[in-house]
Amino acid sequence: MTIAQPDSLNFECETGNYHTFCPISCVAWLYQKIEDSFFLVIGTKTCGYFLQNAMGVMIFAEPRYAMAELEEGDISAQLNDYEELKRLCDQIKRDRNPSVIVWIGTCTTEIIKMDLEGLAPRLEAEIGIPIVVARANGLDYAFTQGEDTVLAAMAARCPDKSPLAEAEKNERNAISKLLNFGRKKEDVATAEAEYVDHPPFVLFGSLPDPVVTQLTLELKKQGIKVSGWLPAKRYTELPVLEEGYYVSGVNPFLSRTATTLMRRRKCKLIGAPFPIGPDGTRAWIEKICSVFGIEPKGLDEREAQIWASMEDYLQLIRGKSVFFMGDNLLEISLARFLVRCGMTVPEIGIPYMDKRYQAAELALLEKTCHEMNVPLPTIVEKPDNYNQIQRIKQLTPDLVITGMAHANPLEARGINTKWSVEFTFAQIHGFTNARDILELVTRPLRRNNSLKDLGWEKLVKEEAKV
Amino acid sequence: MKLAYWMYAGPAHIGTLRVSSSFKNVHAIMHAPIGDDYFNVMRSMLERDRNFTPVTISSVDRNVLARGSQEKVVDNITRKDVEEHPDLIVLTPTCTSSILQEDLENFVERASIEAKADVMLADVNHYRVNELQAADITLRQIVQLYIEKARKKGDLPEGKTQKPSVNIIGISSLGFHNHHDCTELKKLMTDLGIEVNAVIPEGASVLELKNLPRAWFNLVPYRELGLMTGRYLEQEFGMPYIDITPMGVVETARCIRKIQQVINAQGGDVDYEDFINDQTLYVSQAAWFSRSIDCQNLTGKKAVVFGDSTHAAAMTKVLAREMGIHVVWAGTYCKYDADWFREQVSEYCDEIIVTEDHGQIGDAIARVEPSAIFGTQMERHVGKRLNIPCGVIAAPVHIQNFPIGYKPFLGYEGTNQVADLVYNSFTLGMEDHLLEIFGGHDTKEVITKGISADSDLGWNKEAQAELNKVPGFVRGKVKRNTEKFARDRGFSVITLEVMYAAKESVGA
Repeated sequence: MTIAQPDSLNFECETGNYHTFCPISCVAWLYQKIEDSFFLVIGTKTCGYFLQNAMGVMIFAEPRYAMAELEEGDISAQLNDYEELKRLCDQIKRDRNPSVIVWIGTCTTEIIKMDLEGLAPRLEAEIGIPIVVARANGLDYAFTQGEDTVLAAMAARCPDKSPLAEAEKNERNAISKLLNFGRKKEDVATAEAEYVDHPPFVLFGSLPDPVVTQLTLELKKQGIKVSGWLPAKRYTELPVLEEGYYVSGVNPFLSRTATTLMRRRKCKLIGAPFPIGPDGTRAWIEKICSVFGIEPKGLDEREAQIWASMEDYLQLIRGKSVFFMGDNLLEISLARFLVRCGMTVPEIGIPYMDKRYQAAELALLEKTCHEMNVPLPTIVEKPDNYNQIQRIKQLTPDLVITGMAHANPLEARGINTKWSVEFTFAQIHGFTNARDILELVTRPLRRNNSLKDLGWEKLVKEEAKV
Repeated sequence: MKLAYWMYAGPAHIGTLRVSSSFKNVHAIMHAPIGDDYFNVMRSMLERDRNFTPVTISSVDRNVLARGSQEKVVDNITRKDVEEHPDLIVLTPTCTSSILQEDLENFVERASIEAKADVMLADVNHYRVNELQAADITLRQIVQLYIEKARKKGDLPEGKTQKPSVNIIGISSLGFHNHHDCTELKKLMTDLGIEVNAVIPEGASVLELKNLPRAWFNLVPYRELGLMTGRYLEQEFGMPYIDITPMGVVETARCIRKIQQVINAQGGDVDYEDFINDQTLYVSQAAWFSRSIDCQNLTGKKAVVFGDSTHAAAMTKVLAREMGIHVVWAGTYCKYDADWFREQVSEYCDEIIVTEDHGQIGDAIARVEPSAIFGTQMERHVGKRLNIPCGVIAAPVHIQNFPIGYKPFLGYEGTNQVADLVYNSFTLGMEDHLLEIFGGHDTKEVITKGISADSDLGWNKEAQAELNKVPGFVRGKVKRNTEKFARDRGFSVITLEVMYAAKESVGA
């Protein structure tokens, strides 16, 4: 495989048969993130059974998502789509009364050309609940890109500086006045003074609430005020987006959302590496600071301190190799971080590669490889899993990060694996969580070590020789 | 459109793939969009399969949508033929891609010219049948393909095996405790002096399907998978099939007596009465158990049963006939099999429910407030909410249905397992009394140890709120580690910053 050492990244597109989750899986985390939402996946039994089984998302006590299961009558257009959806949404309104209903279009609605975007405004007006339409179908997207379709659709719903938003702002101020009640006026003033004066700045990407707090605090340390997150915890708290606002993404799979924010909302995108790993987080903060003309403070020490705290894990992986089969589009960021940790990466499979949205991340990956003096990885878009397995057999990497379907068979062939979905669901962003990434990455290696200590290999053989 | 939160049976292609991937050296090609191939995940994860699941997706994307698959499906079939040398390649669409109405039959014909393997299109209507029905259809289709092929070549073996023999039909990948049931059935057949001619589809080679007619009879333990094959073989070769599920001592005895009858009708001379008696009274502990003092307290307790028709019917009979438990209602989600189910259980329960709607089942459980539920994973969760114990007796399968230890539901060992399941699901004998007398196990409030008295640590509001967001099962640890960190560093108030600093330094 390693014939020559190219000095720039090598991109390939296999357009192969690869396995990844369907993008409707984004429902699994988005309905939890947006607490007042209801997700309606309009698809077939295949879609529903996927969510129920493969994602392990069982809908019990208080379901906030459901399937609108298309039946034969829907497919053959004997039934009226509008009436059918109205019947279901009426019921959802009665049972749950959500602040927003998100319609998740699927492959089937694409194929039968169901005009969801056309139906939604009418129904929305009729039932009085906003309906956001996202086409998270497997024909066009893979796994995490489902979130991209939802956020892109929600970006259109963020308030601009309408009179309504103004009133709401005042109201919010009233609340904050109430909250500040009893505090000295100067305190409130100093709280504001902790921030540098810069244009409003909104972050996009769905992260668990603790991580949102962490990243917001991290930027606050540099005097940067995050005026909102897309998505917010509640649909009713979507951030205001005015022309000229700055935005930046925290996830590498949000290229459509980025485009929508730039083109439709006329926001300015700060293209930075993603805040994954201490190196990425630092680069992310630095880039944002540079845009706002801020001299970042204390990042050297902060990064060094995180690296030092991970030394025990780093010792386990230095010099080892990791192969990404490609699943969740976090691959480039993770590879870049792991190269910085001292690993080598022969191949990065990825379902979809947006070289523009990921430009800063790709540049950092390249730079990191040069600085660490390791070969540049081959980036394989839409990989072919069968071919990849042949390459894995040849390369025998120390670790393969793979989708769930291939983990057990690879383990059975003596290859260490880690599920890529774990990185999708674990808290991996920012300085604070860098260790958690290594916690996952090193687990198979630590598991093997401890099994060896337990005498797994000799467990039954030694006795036999006596 | 139907508002659906949960499905008891999967879509049709899952059934087809369960059958195709059960066979040895059969590969399936899915004509489907990316992500529809989650069957691979289910099989690889649930069954902890050491081999790569023999299913490859030929992905339907925008190009296919715009211009048709053209060569793609054919290429993928012929490619797999070269890569894996399978005996048979099964092509299946999913609900989604079946709407495209591509001429898959034509693709199969074209591919079979080039491929060494046989190529077959799973002939299933994805909107009319579910996983179970599709599995049944696909198995019949594959068996038929190879029987007809052999017949055409004059390759069909003549006559029966010398000793009485059986084909066990319906053991498959991702079936509910299928592997353990299969082991138990094979053991039972050995005990009865019956040779196992074939087990299909699990682990069978399609090339040996032509030998199926050599067996004296077919045993179809599960109604959901295998009945069509049994009927097909009966029609073609006059082979008798037995569809009595040997679950519980009574039904196992009935099944064995039927086997005896079938064998003797073909010139055999067997008498299994002593065997049945011996097994029932001494080997199986179930019959004794239900007469023991342990089980006395179960008498008249109320239970409800829900599952696929095989397991729900069998369980209803076991509870009512063998354990003296009052089955208030019994139900199945196999709507297509409702008549059979009604006929089987009507005399053993007060009410029969046939529905695919889990909400209706949840309500029916809440209405009856039984002492125990025997159902699927869904009913187990309903039970958790209502604080009613539930024994899981039927698919949809879950990782818990692939235990490492031996847990069959069929045969005589199965009777023990089922008895254990029943007994452990109810509140146990003496415990029942104690609970009644003293009103519960933990009546005192738990007194938690506070942190040391001289500590003047406090959590500010934001940090406290953040702490509350930490999942309950680790919250205590996070709290302790953070406080330890704060004390070491001499902080008196824990703020968000302190909390995260603690996480970074000690991994709290």
